[in-house]
Amino acid sequence: MCGIVGLFLKDKGMEPQLGALLSDMLVSLTDRGPDSAGIAIYGAGEGGGAKVTVQSARPEVDFPGLDDALSVSLRTPVTVTVKANHAVVAGGVDGAALKAAAAAARPGLRFMSEGQAIEIYKEVGLPRTVVDRFGLAGAAGTHGIGHTRMATESAVTTMGAHPFSTGPDQCLVHNGSLSNHNNMRRELIRKGLTFETENDTEVAAAYISARLAEGCNLGEALEGTLQDLDGFFTFVVGTRHGFGVVRDPIACKPAVMAETGRYVAFGSEYRAMARLPGIAEARVWEPEPARVYFWEH
Amino acid sequence: MPVIDLAREPLRALNGALHALPEGSNDTHFEVLNPQGLHAVAVGIDRPLTVTVNGNVGYYCGGMNQDGVITVKGSAGPGVGENMMSGTIVVKGDASQYAGATGRGGLLVIEGNASSRCGISMKGIDIVVHGDIGHMSAFMAQSGNLVVLGDAGEALGDSIYEARLFVRGSVKSLGADCIEKEMRPEHLALLAGLLERAGATHVRPEEFRRYGSARKLYNFHIDNVDAY
Repeated sequence: MCGIVGLFLKDKGMEPQLGALLSDMLVSLTDRGPDSAGIAIYGAGEGGGAKVTVQSARPEVDFPGLDDALSVSLRTPVTVTVKANHAVVAGGVDGAALKAAAAAARPGLRFMSEGQAIEIYKEVGLPRTVVDRFGLAGAAGTHGIGHTRMATESAVTTMGAHPFSTGPDQCLVHNGSLSNHNNMRRELIRKGLTFETENDTEVAAAYISARLAEGCNLGEALEGTLQDLDGFFTFVVGTRHGFGVVRDPIACKPAVMAETGRYVAFGSEYRAMARLPGIAEARVWEPEPARVYFWEH
Repeated sequence: MPVIDLAREPLRALNGALHALPEGSNDTHFEVLNPQGLHAVAVGIDRPLTVTVNGNVGYYCGGMNQDGVITVKGSAGPGVGENMMSGTIVVKGDASQYAGATGRGGLLVIEGNASSRCGISMKGIDIVVHGDIGHMSAFMAQSGNLVVLGDAGEALGDSIYEARLFVRGSVKSLGADCIEKEMRPEHLALLAGLLERAGATHVRPEEFRRYGSARKLYNFHIDNVDAY
């Protein structure tokens, strides 16, 4: 099973509601996956600096004083915004530098995402528990994707939860299972990508990152999954300015999309979108197998 | 006429009421409001009730229907009318995957398009789709009729046994052991009846082509090994 949701806003006036709408969409699909849940939110981006979302098994040890430690080591002001066992580390340097400094200062940290706009919150447990814990209903942003997981290919852990982020401002959620992920992981490792888990979805995320790094646009990267990834999948992908959807040629895994003048929404089932404003007037359709759909701001 | 608002009442209130109606009751028309994509709306009906659902439904709407007449004024999720035995289901919008799967009887009408695997393993049901159908439709179909006013996707009728498939538009490809067959007078008459019952009287039976089983896969034959 697994449940996926996504919401890409065209109407800037809706941005303050993004977290609330996306949280409700995810909670409505709770019975598609009770193992873990996660949401990626693309915020407006703050002051041109990068931000990194980190997770800690011991937030009471890792987070206090982290801002001062990083400000000193990077010689620039760094802020740390704690949300339960996640924290958003932001500062006027690039994401890789922030990540390296944070890893040096607190070796126990785990990295959820980095980029100008993206923040990822994910944990084991039900969607309601996860979205409440991180206060996601209050989050503003331009677009976001979420996932509630029924684990099949790897362990039920925080790092095994979706979304998976393998590049700056990129993330991917997946419903399905890939059959060639071990081979593909080896190929991607040869290209210099690194992996945190044994999860098949992380391979799909890294595949997209590799294609984008090679100069593909989001649509071309998604087309590539149809050639190179084997198995069942519905992928929903976020980039800093984009939002894309693709299903494998067999299309075993369900998908419904809706578009109005104000937003594009994705759900594994229609009920995820049933309470969105203006849904009654939306164009609602089932994305075709092996066809790429994407939107960019 | 009972009106059940699923925004206020649980699904069980609807399905329980449909199953509990006493024999001979006159109050047999149910109206359902705010289905909001819920699963299993109006499943397991086993008497001649009329149910009108105002909105979109999720999985398995009208599943196992027997004698019920269900109209969905919206679109339906996967498995609408799965394993229905008799009665009628009309979907005014589109239907998702495996509409009418394993259906044994009755009439399923989809006024919009249906997705992949429409009529998979159908066993006697009649399905009429006013729009298009997706890939692998009528896979392993055993009995019944599938009528498509629009186009059919890839591998239509793959491994089909005995069902009749009538398609008015294009067929992207035929599945293993599915072939085009002659449209004889009895097929035209059968099709005319189905079109009329499905409210598709704007098209003529002569506009359709018939597909069915070549019956080469009934018994194992080494020459056909690649097709199994």
